Amino acid sequence: MSRPEDILPPDLFYNDNESRKYTKSSRIRNIQANMTSRALELLDLKSPSLILDLGCGSGLSGEMLSEVPPSEGGPHTWIGMDISPSMLDVALQRDVEGDLFLADIGQGVPFRPGTFDAAISISAIQWLCNAETSDVTAEGRLKRFFEGLYASLRRGGRAVCQFYPKNDVQRSMISGAAIKAGFGAGILEDDPGTKSSKLYLVLTVGGGGLTGDITGVVNGMDDVSVLDARRKASEINNARAPRKGDKAWILRKKEQMERKGKVVKASSKYTGRKRRIAF
Amino acid sequence: MKVLTANFVTCAVKDCKTSPASFPLHFHDAELEQEELEFQPEFIRNILPRIDWPALCTTANELGFPTLPESKPEGDKLEDEQTLKDLHRLLLETHVTEGKLACANCGHQYSIKEGIANFLLPSHLV
Repeated sequence: MSRPEDILPPDLFYNDNESRKYTKSSRIRNIQANMTSRALELLDLKSPSLILDLGCGSGLSGEMLSEVPPSEGGPHTWIGMDISPSMLDVALQRDVEGDLFLADIGQGVPFRPGTFDAAISISAIQWLCNAETSDVTAEGRLKRFFEGLYASLRRGGRAVCQFYPKNDVQRSMISGAAIKAGFGAGILEDDPGTKSSKLYLVLTVGGGGLTGDITGVVNGMDDVSVLDARRKASEINNARAPRKGDKAWILRKKEQMERKGKVVKASSKYTGRKRRIAF
Repeated sequence: MKVLTANFVTCAVKDCKTSPASFPLHFHDAELEQEELEFQPEFIRNILPRIDWPALCTTANELGFPTLPESKPEGDKLEDEQTLKDLHRLLLETHVTEGKLACANCGHQYSIKEGIANFLLPSHLV
């Protein structure tokens, strides 16, 4: 399937026609609604909050934020940022409740430190992996974005960014940039291995009610298994490389030689021991 | 753009980040609009500690509102429904639909059209 990210920059790709199609398609609306409710579940907001919607587009996700019932801690107030004027125009026609900004999130997030309780982004941040002009780099844009986002969230705040990375390089580039900016980061994958798999980058700003590390975000959620790819500090200390001359090293060398077809003496419990002088 | 948002937004230019003059942004030629919104006392209580009161006074002054109390309502005043309703009216129901936001540090003007502020920067300012 072709990726819109490879065709044109976002402000040109989402022209009047494309924006209208995107907003009208019931398939896209459905997927967006599902992803937004998943993101809200991950944000775990208890009271009416101020939320930043990054790449809000025509307000499909923002609409859901305004509609959260009081029993679930809503309704939330949101501020949306998007780079496509056509998308924002559709949002205006649909009369969404949030405040809209025409802005490029790769240029930073222009809000005071500690402004938002949470941030949400649905299918947007993979656009940052493309540098459209020669004077910017994808890494630089990601850095500006995550640093700005980190500053604008209050302590203990969370951000959930659903994104479609093109490949593993983009995936690690995005999560790496988030970690560099100071976030506690984890990736949640829904329906892994299928065509409709969805990636959520879950980011936390320290100092909140979250106990433990990033895996605490999904505590108590059904059907979520934690796969910790971080290397433990103790593991790194224990895994010593075999030193030249010790038994493990000799055994490895003997095996190598055997594989080459050389004649190798059989190994025994005496292998690698010193021949000490008897007297 | 809500008055609430104006209390949080700063200049997007990188060099202005470190300057205290870049906040609050100043309104010019602003056209206002009132829009009814559901009253949410809890949200006001949640957001009030984060509001920069002197900046809000400046903004309200520029938009031609009657002067606000000198200090931020705290403690018992948060239980008073009338205070919260007034704040709700100013912060959430008042929109700036047309006008300009100017940074006092670099002088850059961000235009607001149909309630949408344009914060796209030319590349030499990023």
